[in-house]
Amino acid sequence: MSNTEKEPIFSMKNFTLLTGPLNKNNPITVQVLGICSALAVTVKLKPALVMALSVTIVVAVSNLIIAAMRKYIPDRIRIIVQLVVIATLVILVDEFLKAYVFDVSKQLSVFVGLIITNCIIMGRLEAFAMANKPWPSFIDGLGNGFGYGIILVIVAFIRELLGSGTIYGYPVMEKLGVYRTGYENNGMIILPPMALILIGLIIWVQRSRNKELIEN
Amino acid sequence: MKQFSNRYIFVFSIIMVVVVASLLSLAATLFQPAQRKNLEIEKKRNMLESINITAIRDNIEELYDKYITEGFVLNYKGELVEGIDAFTVDLRSEQKKKIEEQNLPVFRAFPDDGEKVLILPVEGKGLWGPLYGYVSLRSDLNTIYGVNFDHKGETPGLGAEINTTAFESMFIGKKLFDNGQFVSVKLVKGGAKADDVHGVDAVSGGTITSKGLEKMLFDCLSKYTEYFNKIMI
Repeated sequence: MSNTEKEPIFSMKNFTLLTGPLNKNNPITVQVLGICSALAVTVKLKPALVMALSVTIVVAVSNLIIAAMRKYIPDRIRIIVQLVVIATLVILVDEFLKAYVFDVSKQLSVFVGLIITNCIIMGRLEAFAMANKPWPSFIDGLGNGFGYGIILVIVAFIRELLGSGTIYGYPVMEKLGVYRTGYENNGMIILPPMALILIGLIIWVQRSRNKELIEN
Repeated sequence: MKQFSNRYIFVFSIIMVVVVASLLSLAATLFQPAQRKNLEIEKKRNMLESINITAIRDNIEELYDKYITEGFVLNYKGELVEGIDAFTVDLRSEQKKKIEEQNLPVFRAFPDDGEKVLILPVEGKGLWGPLYGYVSLRSDLNTIYGVNFDHKGETPGLGAEINTTAFESMFIGKKLFDNGQFVSVKLVKGGAKADDVHGVDAVSGGTITSKGLEKMLFDCLSKYTEYFNKIMI
């Protein structure tokens, strides 16, 4: 694009949209949204990755669609329109998973359907896509999806390693031979409360490194 | 914010609904063959698990063909019904029919330990949706060889515990009959006694799922008693 009035596709502002949610504006650890699914699908890395990817796709594409239609959406029914867009995308993702990654889809069970109720998505549509152009909205969706995903992956990595002794299904602990020293997998870390504690620890680490996140 | 007329809102909604509906039906049609194949594989996997064989996705078909060799359909009197493929019988729709018209599928399996096993499908209701599974019996038609349960949407950690190996393995060796009388297997709240051959521990926090499972076992398996009496003689 040579048009000087237009913003370049990867301007500084757009870049912040992408990176902000990874840290200072993280949907899970800072805005505390989408916790429910983060506790449920993080026992193993694979479902966590699929879930992160699904949410990213849904939030980015719904942001894009809503932003493109924002001038034509009647204000009075905007929430309905947003929900229809989200629900459609979620069903498409769900059907796709059922057809091509059946095992993971079974593990994720109801949680794919519950992406519809994930506050991150509605939040981004209301707060960002209704007031911004499609491209920045798409970037914002990607950023928030990644921000959600990175926490899921961190938590799932720790839970799978300590809880099942594997990483992405690969038996790391067994190959390292730590079971011979009397080490056992921690059954407790598989339970949802430990996921909450892990997220709490991540929030703690993050806030101690970013003083501006600490409320007075 | 620009004001829109009611007419605009109606037209907008109608167009939106039509577009979304056609998109979704298109997607459903496109994904259907792959999904159906997955369900078939899943069914085979569940049946294999009910005879205590763990299969991975790639060898399910092979193991199924090796161990589960025969399937046939009975009526409520225990007589053979010709011309119906046992594998394709949909138990849920069968249960809506009158008992005289129901088709009852049976599968025969021959695991490596030399046992001749009958696999009987079961289907019932849990708290949020259907429960289903397979119960396999030893050749005495009384002792449970293995079970597999699954569910559509029971609460994870509570009712959903019914498809864990820990829960399913409690059924192995339990008896269905007591002195020739059909009693099925009960789910005992607070834990079954160790010597109870008709009871296993209920799922804690999953009372309705447990009750549903118990009812499912009783209702579905009792339909086969005529057949058992027939082939035992």
